[in-house]
Amino acid sequence: MKHVRLLIIGGGPAGLAAAVSAYDKGERDILILERENKLGGILNQCIHNGFGLHTFKEELTGPEYAQRFIDQVVERKIPYLLNTTVINVNNDKTVSALNEDGLLEIKADAIILSCGCRERPRGAINTAGSRPAGVYSAGTAQKLVNIDGLLPGKEVVILGSGDIGLIMARRMTFEGAKVKAVVEIMPYSSGLNRNIVQCLNDFNIPLYFSHSVVEIKGDKRVESVVIAEVDERLNPKMETAFEIKCDTLLLSVGLLPENELARGANVDISRVTRGAIVDDRLMTSVDGIFECGNVLHVHDLVDFVSQEAKEAGEKAVEYINSSAKKEYEKIIVETDGKVRYVVPEIILKNDNYNPLTFKLRVGNVYKNIKLEVSADDEVIYSKSKQVVAPGEMETISLRTKEVEKMRIAKSIKVYLRSEE
Amino acid sequence: MTFDVLIIGSGIIGTSIARELSKYQANIIVLDKENDVSCGTTKANSGIVHAGFDAKPGSKKAYFNVRGARMFKELQKELDFPYEENGAFVLSFSADGHDTLLELLDRAQKNGVDGCSIISGDEVRKLEPNVSKDVVEALYAKTSGIVSPYEMAIAMAENAGANGCKFEFNKDVISLTKKESLFEVKTKDGSTYSAKVVVNASGVHSDEINNLISNNKYEIKGRKGEYVLLDKEFSYISNTTLFQLPTKMGKGILVTPTCHHNILVGPTALDTDDKDNTWTTFDGLFEAFTKGLLSVPSLPRGGIITQFSGIRAHESHDDFTIEFSKDVKGLYNLIGIESPGLASSPAIASHAAKEIADYLKLSPNPNFNPIRKGIKHISHMTSEELKDAIKDNPLYGHVICRCEVVSEAEIRDAIRRYPGAKDLDGVKRRVRAGMGRCQMGFCTPRIMEILAEELNLSLDEITKKGEGSKIVVGGIKE
Ligand SMILES: Cc1cc2nc3c(=O)[nH]c(=O)nc-3n(C[C@H](O)[C@H](O)[C@H](O)COP(=O)(O)OP(=O)(O)OC[C@H]3O[C@@H](n4cnc5c(N)ncnc54)[C@H](O)[C@@H]3O)c2cc1C
Ligand SMILES: Cc1cc2nc3c(=O)[nH]c(=O)nc-3n(C[C@H](O)[C@H](O)[C@H](O)COP(=O)(O)OP(=O)(O)OC[C@H]3O[C@@H](n4cnc5c(N)ncnc54)[C@H](O)[C@@H]3O)c2cc1C
Repeated sequence: MKHVRLLIIGGGPAGLAAAVSAYDKGERDILILERENKLGGILNQCIHNGFGLHTFKEELTGPEYAQRFIDQVVERKIPYLLNTTVINVNNDKTVSALNEDGLLEIKADAIILSCGCRERPRGAINTAGSRPAGVYSAGTAQKLVNIDGLLPGKEVVILGSGDIGLIMARRMTFEGAKVKAVVEIMPYSSGLNRNIVQCLNDFNIPLYFSHSVVEIKGDKRVESVVIAEVDERLNPKMETAFEIKCDTLLLSVGLLPENELARGANVDISRVTRGAIVDDRLMTSVDGIFECGNVLHVHDLVDFVSQEAKEAGEKAVEYINSSAKKEYEKIIVETDGKVRYVVPEIILKNDNYNPLTFKLRVGNVYKNIKLEVSADDEVIYSKSKQVVAPGEMETISLRTKEVEKMRIAKSIKVYLRSEE
Repeated sequence: MTFDVLIIGSGIIGTSIARELSKYQANIIVLDKENDVSCGTTKANSGIVHAGFDAKPGSKKAYFNVRGARMFKELQKELDFPYEENGAFVLSFSADGHDTLLELLDRAQKNGVDGCSIISGDEVRKLEPNVSKDVVEALYAKTSGIVSPYEMAIAMAENAGANGCKFEFNKDVISLTKKESLFEVKTKDGSTYSAKVVVNASGVHSDEINNLISNNKYEIKGRKGEYVLLDKEFSYISNTTLFQLPTKMGKGILVTPTCHHNILVGPTALDTDDKDNTWTTFDGLFEAFTKGLLSVPSLPRGGIITQFSGIRAHESHDDFTIEFSKDVKGLYNLIGIESPGLASSPAIASHAAKEIADYLKLSPNPNFNPIRKGIKHISHMTSEELKDAIKDNPLYGHVICRCEVVSEAEIRDAIRRYPGAKDLDGVKRRVRAGMGRCQMGFCTPRIMEILAEELNLSLDEITKKGEGSKIVVGGIKE
């Protein structure tokens, strides 16, 4: 069995940034495993502009953004294997992976899981009707168009206003397809506002809020879809149903962290994020297994993925280098009903006092609120926001001074306060 | 060329008969209107190898079910398809159900089904802790099983093929006539075949095929059954098949594991005029799931990964017709093969093949090979097996479908077999690529490439399920 000190599973932006930061922290025995035939992850199919505004202060395409990190990996001569799929991770940090050379069995001192996320399929949305060709997830369509140069259809309806769906609305329009509607079950979009403007409004594509696709028609290929308004409980009001002729239905109905490997290693998974429950080192419930990027929780911007991954890389190196394994007392971060989740969910007591970032999402649209953090009864962070929405991840950056207070607290809470 | 036997339909009945007949020296051809084997009812049902306690004693259903079910273990050894004897409960939710349970037990005894007993709700929950507290009693049938029906039909077809049987697809039979002792069979695409015996195994359309030539008319009514399928993550829900005891409220639905560890919930029952319409309905899916909650209150709605429906071939005699037509010599009819048709299929096939062989005076095929090896799945291999497989063929190390862990080698194997996969659904049914939680989101483009390469097609010719179902409409603008 081969031994490596730091094994990184997934060579997307998260894995790449983690590898680079671990290297820069002094670690030299790193291996990245990637199942695709190149590094870069999902960014390879995101050929539109808009990546890297935060990190590089310029607008890059997905592949360009990825290339910046690939270059850094190559410069540092960090080893990686492509076309190599990890099929199993155990909680003793042994890993099996497959490639055309055979079965790889590796024992690692620390593992960073950075395997990204996948799209929710049609089954998850309970749409009745036929099961013809022409129903694809938006990401599949993106791959068909951008990588394979194939056009999935000519008359398109998109269900879900997630970012990938919005981007695909524009992309398909550019390619000569007619996008007839984007249908969103919620009264708000889960995508970025700038994408609604640039991808729909600029092309006069109608966006139906509080509507859903209730039926797909067509035996062999999609012929039309039936759309209806939904009530507050998201049940369709059939009397409002209308039909749109189309040959393609794209689904952009959410992303799910890909945690099959983590489950196999008995990592505790959050029911809300569907990613691992991590502490402020981004370490999971299994000693020495870390998570970052979309496998931990779905990010809307890759810049945040890179930041989070940098942290994971550093913490993994600290973990590997610390000879004695410390036992920590843990504080679980509480949220109110409005904040759906916060990552990290666990703060270690009396650990180091470096700055710390909370990432969170709210469960609904809230206006004129304050985003606050309290340690015991003291409010240690408060920021006014005109609006927060489920589609946009919020970050809270705490300075050393505030982190200190948190680390000695009995209870930590992240919540929204309405502003009078 | 004149065939000894022409079989219309490649469902579990047609393929099983083809395989049984290939034990004889005969020219056999199977025609199907779809692009592949098993695209009718055989691909969309509960997949239960019923023990045989349900069918009315003395009926053909009871006769063939009990005999058929007993043949599965041996067939699995020969043909290497997924089958498991997992046992079943018929759950009763009130004390009133006791008499009906006794009646079922009595039927089991009359039909000759072993291993049935009545047990208390607590005993049920000891075996299956997720079963509802409202269950007071149940019939336990130890010999009930589950099978992957389409994989079984594919195995039958491959073995028949290896023993000389021919298969042709996209052959919709529209005319059946007889000139002297020979049948003339015409298909929609203009082909004509001639055969001594025609086997009518056309499922929900077997009435129409019969009625093309016979004066003994049949009428099949389609009855739709809808299902939802849950992610493998929830396989813990039950290892045993959970039926509900029929009540005044209706027949009830089942919650069962599949051979691939998903949980299947359904079927509903809805009469339908269009016998090919397997569209699911909003109400049907709701009903299936809600009724499933009665048996297992913790069924997770969010765990649903897909939905489907199948059409029951209900015929007014309410029993199987398995015989030579009374007025058309040489037409062998299989009509009204509804549940437990799958469980019965091995017995139906050996009975039918024997009658046909006698009729044609066929002699045994000395070269008949009963063994068919399934596609080697990397997800079932031990580390050592994996290493050897990859050394042999590196493509076993190239994972194409991540959810079900399927390699490129398996997909190529599925396409190269006879009759092999020709479209995405065909690949999916043979190796499960695309059947997992992402439902082809990830592997569609990759499988398209492999299909194109193997079948010498361009990417924009690849279909989901044959003509009219192309995945893409062409290339993008330059
Ligand atoms: C379809 C899509 C479109 C997006 N569009 C935008 C956008 O327009 N703008 C924006 O800012 N952000 C966008 N994002 C978000 C952003 O791209 C992601 O947040 C970011 O790519 C996540 O990085 P990651 O490394 O966590 O995951 P990924 O990029 O998904 O990388 C994960 C890597 O792990 C590999 N992997 C997974 N499992 C295994 C295994 N078992 N063995 C080996 N390797 C494995 C995968 O092949 C992949 O390369 C999009 C995301 C998606 C899914
Ligand atoms: C909801 C439901 C649940 C069921 N559950 C079970 C169960 O748990 N256990 C069990 O034992 N049984 C079950 N059954 C019954 C079982 O599925 C059927 O008995 C069995 O699949 C019938 O097989 P078949 O070969 O007769 O029909 P099919 O599989 O329908 O095959 C008929 C074939 O004929 C072809 N065909 C039709 N017309 C023509 C034509 N004109 N020209 C050329 N080809 C044609 C079709 O394309 C098709 O491939 C269930 C059925 C349903 C609907």
